[in-house]
Amino acid sequence: MTLMIGIPRETAAGEKRVATVPEVVEKLIKLGFKVAVESGAGDASNCSDGTYRAAGAEIIAGAAKLWAASDIVFKVCVPTSAEVDLMREGGTLIGFIWPAQNPELMQQLAAKKATVLAIDSLPRQLSRAQKMDALTSQAGVAGYRAVIEAANAFGRFFNGQITAAGKVPPAKIFIAGAGVAGLAAIGTAVGLGAIVRANDTRAEVADQVVSMGGEFVKVDYEEEGSGGGGYAKVMSEGFQKAQREMYAKQAREVDIIITTALIPGKPAPRLITAEMVQSMKPGSVIVDMAAERGGNCELTEPGKAVVKHGVTIVGYTDLPSRLAKQSSTLYATNLFRLTEELCKTKDGIINVNMEDEAIRGLTVIKDGVVTWPAPAPKLSAAPAKPAAAKPVAAPAAKGHGHGGGGTPASGTKTAVMFGVAALLFWFIGASAPAAFLGHLTVFVLACFVGYMVVWNVTPALHTPLMSVTNAISSIIAIGALVQIAPPLMGGGDRPDDWIRWLAVAGIALTTVNMFGGFAVTQRMLAMFRK
Amino acid sequence: MSASLATVSYIGATILFILSLGGLSNPETSRRGNLYGIIGMTIAVLATVFGPRVTMAGIPWIIGAMVVGGGIGLYAARVVKMTQMPELVALMHSLVGLAAALVGFASYIDTSNPLAGAEKSIHEVEIYLGILIGAVTFSGSIIAFGKLSGKIGGKPLLLPARHWMNLMGLLVVIIFGWQFLHAESVSAGMIALTVMTVISLLFGIHMVMAIGGADMPVVVSMLNSYSGWAAAATGFMLSNDLLIVTGALVGSSGAILSYIMCRAMARNFISVIAGGFGTGGGAPAAASGDVQPAGEVVAVSAAETAELLREAKNVIIVPGYGMAVAQAQHTVYEITQHLREKGVNVRFGIHPVAGRMPGHMNVLLAEAKVPYDIVFEMDELNQDFPNTDVAMVIGANDIVNPAAQDDPNSPIAGMPVLEVWKAKTSIVMKRSMASGYAGVDNPLFYKENNRMLFGDAKKMLEEVFVALKS
Repeated sequence: MTLMIGIPRETAAGEKRVATVPEVVEKLIKLGFKVAVESGAGDASNCSDGTYRAAGAEIIAGAAKLWAASDIVFKVCVPTSAEVDLMREGGTLIGFIWPAQNPELMQQLAAKKATVLAIDSLPRQLSRAQKMDALTSQAGVAGYRAVIEAANAFGRFFNGQITAAGKVPPAKIFIAGAGVAGLAAIGTAVGLGAIVRANDTRAEVADQVVSMGGEFVKVDYEEEGSGGGGYAKVMSEGFQKAQREMYAKQAREVDIIITTALIPGKPAPRLITAEMVQSMKPGSVIVDMAAERGGNCELTEPGKAVVKHGVTIVGYTDLPSRLAKQSSTLYATNLFRLTEELCKTKDGIINVNMEDEAIRGLTVIKDGVVTWPAPAPKLSAAPAKPAAAKPVAAPAAKGHGHGGGGTPASGTKTAVMFGVAALLFWFIGASAPAAFLGHLTVFVLACFVGYMVVWNVTPALHTPLMSVTNAISSIIAIGALVQIAPPLMGGGDRPDDWIRWLAVAGIALTTVNMFGGFAVTQRMLAMFRK
Repeated sequence: MSASLATVSYIGATILFILSLGGLSNPETSRRGNLYGIIGMTIAVLATVFGPRVTMAGIPWIIGAMVVGGGIGLYAARVVKMTQMPELVALMHSLVGLAAALVGFASYIDTSNPLAGAEKSIHEVEIYLGILIGAVTFSGSIIAFGKLSGKIGGKPLLLPARHWMNLMGLLVVIIFGWQFLHAESVSAGMIALTVMTVISLLFGIHMVMAIGGADMPVVVSMLNSYSGWAAAATGFMLSNDLLIVTGALVGSSGAILSYIMCRAMARNFISVIAGGFGTGGGAPAAASGDVQPAGEVVAVSAAETAELLREAKNVIIVPGYGMAVAQAQHTVYEITQHLREKGVNVRFGIHPVAGRMPGHMNVLLAEAKVPYDIVFEMDELNQDFPNTDVAMVIGANDIVNPAAQDDPNSPIAGMPVLEVWKAKTSIVMKRSMASGYAGVDNPLFYKENNRMLFGDAKKMLEEVFVALKS
């Protein structure tokens, strides 16, 4: 039985996006699903019913019928209570849910015995999850659109020009917050020819800003602002003061400010005060991308573009929807990638595998049971210790137990190895004198110590490691040293001269090594610098 | 100094040696690591010289020998070029091997400490093994030195029935070992010992002669390991725990390095030692190489290379042995510096077996003052190639060969390689179209997004640099 994916028309006021586009419908059908689209769902994003039909989708008129027919529903906006009522008992819903903000919705969905995958709950730090990251794709669209809105409201060119009609200075743009949206805005503004500066509390994004062609403006205060999961955190009072001064300075200098600063679970930080707006040149523009969460600018009115103190303040909360075709296409692809993960067998049946970290994070309700919030995912990128991973073939042949630290692949092999080792030890124990066993103990333990210590050596230092171990192996000099002179007791017919010359040669050879090895290591290590 | 004090000093020295190896885990602590090693060695030597087993009569001899040896060592360390590090290290291994053999002989003819029964047998086995390992290390390292410095050709020497010859040698060594243990007098045992030494020397020569140039990193680290085992054997022979511990540390360190190198080439340790790899256009290449890679080789000039680099935002440089041969590391860094000032993100990708000894490339780049935080290992960097505009391969071949992944019949199939072909453009700097040490044709050269810059690495890079600055 193949499942039916339903695409209802978005009901939120002004929402132009749609959860899938005809190109992706074809791919979903290739995965084995059937697809139904509500009549007129794609109209606002230039996807007519005809194109959906041509791609193989069934067109159903009316939301009630569509919801009833669908096993899985793809949505963009958070569903309304009325929509959930239409939902089939035990159905699956994929889309933006924001479970923390919408507890009643969660209860309602749970009562429907639904399985709900919230695309906003994706564990974004998993690199595997990036292809499904709708927050990123939508933020990128929003960042682009923010620059376009700014250009629309701004009375001048972005790029500097020297023309017969006079010289035009380039527009100066300041972008607060260099997340996905901020970086997209930087790239777009640079592409239009503006001079772009940007700031972020997370110092590590400076390189990314520069790589997009922007200039990173530092806050003159030392503090680490990374709050985990790629988001920023709330900063200290001292930092905020320094930051305000920097913003005030930028406000006086630039023509356009685009703010994107958000902190998870908190109202947007107030970065631009009324005084700063006043200090801006008339005709300047502020685009506040955090308007929905209260705004980064004090004077922002969410959802509207207003003019205050001669400055246009754009507070649209529907920036992705204003570029509906693009954002729908990207969102549709994100959902398609997710569907691929859910349906690895390509037979049109989904398997919500709770063992999979990405799927586990997404799933907020499973068969009517609320499973949100998911436990923090283990970073699968954590470097696996190469040391313990494989049995050490070569040294094991020498029989000094180097393989013991690993987890050998086959049980029989281990058993054989242990058996041989046990036999060997029994033989030694049965025949060797006690003094020898003492040395053997030391030897075996030292092999293990060496094994443990050397695995930690970074590959960059392998050559110095070899030259230092080479220098250390000139410890053989000790052997020669103790032989050089006849013992005090006088030992019979010991050929003193022979021994002396052998020992002198031994000492000379090893000291070449000793001095040379350490000196050359020192020379090499002195070169390693940051 | 009493025997107990000497022993305590030895314990101190042992700890310092362990700390020394541990210190090398990180460039920050590595200098301290080396210092620990020096202090440890000083303590060990002083404790021995002033210890109970060395009499005053020996002191002048000791000082004389140490001054001569130390002088030579320091001189060699000062004048050696960084590109010659593998040779120097190989040569030094040979000295340790020779010293171990000499100490073994001296210990055998020293009859001042008569033993009997099982103790005597064990002592003699220790001597026999110590000399054996020492001699193999000595002759093997000398040949490795010859190969690395170009005095002996890099191609493997493959005698007919070489495995049988080795096996015969082993049998003879065991038979003479038996005779040695049952020798009535020192002079009778001496014959067996000498025969064994000669066979070990020949075995060492034969073993390294049969190994191809590309496997040299494994050989060098394996000989490093042997020199450690030789020291440990000497320790058993002389009942000296310090020697045993230190030898074991060095031995296991070398063994681990050999293992890491083998893994980096997806080769089995035994097959490397058995030799015969890298026959240069021989049987293995012909077997799979009848399909000529499709596509055309596109050559570029230095000016065009500079153009590509100038337009790039992300550049990864993959150095290989060719960079070391041409001594091009300084020019590479000048270009890197120039590009980084322009805001280009330049990084280095190092394959574990690039060059002729483990970590060879890192040392060369460090010599050229390349900061180590832009030098990355293969695993750290490989996923970044798709986002890289230009991947520049300088004098490397097998470590960037896509056949290792695509062609299951290739002799290097399964070897992890740097995926430079995933970059938007790759530029390979090479002298000619000749194949690498593995003797395998490289499909990378025929890829659509690959450019070849023919010529001496240093000369071409200098031209690139001039073009970049203009």
